[in-house]
Amino acid sequence: MSVQQRDAAIVGIHEFPSRDVEGELSPLHIKAESASKALADAGLTWSDVDGIYDAGEGGASGLTIAEYFGLSPTVIDTTNVGGSSYQFHAAHARRAIAAGKARVALLTYGSTAHSNVARIGTGGRGTGAYPADNLESFAGLTLIANYAMCARRHMFEFGTTSEQLAEISVATRCHAMRNPDAIRAMEDLEFLDIRETTVDDVVNSRMIADPLHLLECCMISDGGGAVVIAAPDVARNCRHKPVWILGTGEATKYPEGGADITSSAAVQSGPIGFGEAGVRPDEMDIAMIYDSFSITVLTILEDLGFCPKGEGGHWVEGGRLRFDRPGEGPALNTDGGGLSSNHPGMRGIFLLIEAARQLRGESTAQVEGAKLAVAHGNGGMLGSRHSAGTVVLGGD
Amino acid sequence: MTEPTRPLPNFEESDTAPFWEGTIDRQLRFQRCNDCDTVIFHPRRHCVGCLGRDLIWHDASGQGTVYSYSIVRQSYHPFFRQHVPYVVAWVDLDEGPRLLSNVVGIEDPSSDVHCGMAVRVEWEPHGDYAIPLFRPL
Repeated sequence: MSVQQRDAAIVGIHEFPSRDVEGELSPLHIKAESASKALADAGLTWSDVDGIYDAGEGGASGLTIAEYFGLSPTVIDTTNVGGSSYQFHAAHARRAIAAGKARVALLTYGSTAHSNVARIGTGGRGTGAYPADNLESFAGLTLIANYAMCARRHMFEFGTTSEQLAEISVATRCHAMRNPDAIRAMEDLEFLDIRETTVDDVVNSRMIADPLHLLECCMISDGGGAVVIAAPDVARNCRHKPVWILGTGEATKYPEGGADITSSAAVQSGPIGFGEAGVRPDEMDIAMIYDSFSITVLTILEDLGFCPKGEGGHWVEGGRLRFDRPGEGPALNTDGGGLSSNHPGMRGIFLLIEAARQLRGESTAQVEGAKLAVAHGNGGMLGSRHSAGTVVLGGD
Repeated sequence: MTEPTRPLPNFEESDTAPFWEGTIDRQLRFQRCNDCDTVIFHPRRHCVGCLGRDLIWHDASGQGTVYSYSIVRQSYHPFFRQHVPYVVAWVDLDEGPRLLSNVVGIEDPSSDVHCGMAVRVEWEPHGDYAIPLFRPL
C-alpha cells in the first residue's frame, strides 16, 4: 500500500434543506446561504476563504460569484462538466491546496430546477450550437431515453433484468426513509405513497422510456449545498474531524468510434482515484454514486471495480447495498440519493456531503465505524457524452 | 396555429452543412481521414485520429444495425408528445459511424425492435433537405 497523501480535507458541509423554494429564492441565494452555513460548520468565516469553486451554471462567472459572496479569492475555478463538476472541483481544490495556492476552498451549488418547472428528463433538446447537437436533436431523444439505451444494451449483452436494476431504487429509498429531509422532499414534491419500496413496486411503476420505470428515475427538486476543503493545518483546528481527500480521478467519454455504452468514463477515473488513495473498491464502506437513474449506478459500480463488467445485476441482488448490511458491500447513497432525496440537476456536491457525514458518523443511515467512502459523479449523459469524477475519502 | 414540428437542424451550421447538403440527394455522408483512415462522426474540420486535416466525405450505404434503443413514452416536447410511444436508437452504419435516429415503420415497438436488428435509412423530407430515419430491413 502506498503512503496516503493527506493534503486536504473536507472540513465544512451544508446541504440546503428545502427542495421547493416556491420561486422565492435564486440559485445565488441558495449558494450564499449554503456557503455561510458550511463555513460555520467548519468554524471558519468568509475571510478565511481564498479559493472558490463553482460550476458557474446559468452564466454566472467566477467574477460574479466572488463579488456576490464578497470575497477576494486567489484561486477561482468554474469548471463545468455537468453533475460531476463538484468531484472535479474537489480534485482541483486539493491540488491547489497541495501546491500552496489556497488554504481554504469553498465549493458551492444552488438550483431552482423544480421552481422553474424544468423538464430535465422528458423535455426536448434544443437545436444547439454544437455540431453533435445539430445531428441529433431531430430524433427526440429525452435525457431519460439516453440512459435507457444504456440499460437496454446492458440487458442485451449481459442478461441484466429490470428486477436487478430495481434493487438500486429500493436501497436508496430504504435510506431516504431514514432521512427527514428526504421525506420532506418527497412530500413537498408530491410523491405518491411515500414509503419503503420493493422490487415489485419499482418494476410495476409506469414506464417512462423503456426499460426505465418511473421509480428508476431521479426527482427534479430545488436545492443546493456547499463544501469547505482546507489544508491540513487549518483542518486540524476546525470544529469537526477532517474527512481526508485520499485520491481523485477525472475522465470523459463520447459516442465516437462505436463506444461501448455499457461502460462509462468511470473505467478511466476510478483506477486513478483508487490508485492514488492506495485502497481497493472492496474496502469502501460507503459508495456515493450519482443516481440519476438505476442504470447509472449499476454501470458505475461495475466500472469502479466493485464487481466485474456485466455482473452488476446479479451482484446488487438481495439488498447488498443497504446501510445495515456491512461486510457485503458498500452502503449506497445513504442520504436517499437523487432517486429519493434531491436532484436539482447537478447533484455531485451531495455525494461529497453525505460521504463526509458518514465518515464523521452523522448520517441518518449511519454505517457503524465507516472509514472509507467513494463519491463518484457522472455528468452529462451516460449514453453519449459524459464526464466522470471519482473522489476517495477517508476518516481521520 | 401552426403544427409543432420535429426539431430541425440548422442546415447551414458549418461543420455539419455538408452532411445536410448530402440529404438533398438522399445520401448519408460521413468523413474519413485521408491520412489515417479514421472515421470522423460527427463531422469536423480536423481528424481526431491524427493531426491531419485532409478529411474526405464518403456516401454510406444507408444500411446498419440497431446498437441500442429506447421507447419514449413520456415527452413534454410539443411535437414528440404527440408521437409517443416512439423509438429512438443508436444506429451503427455498416461503414462505422453511429447515428442517433428513430426506428419507424413498426407495428409494436415493445416487441418489434431489438439490439442488433438490421435497418435501412428512410428519408423524411423537409423542403429540399431530408432527415434520416431507419426502418427494419
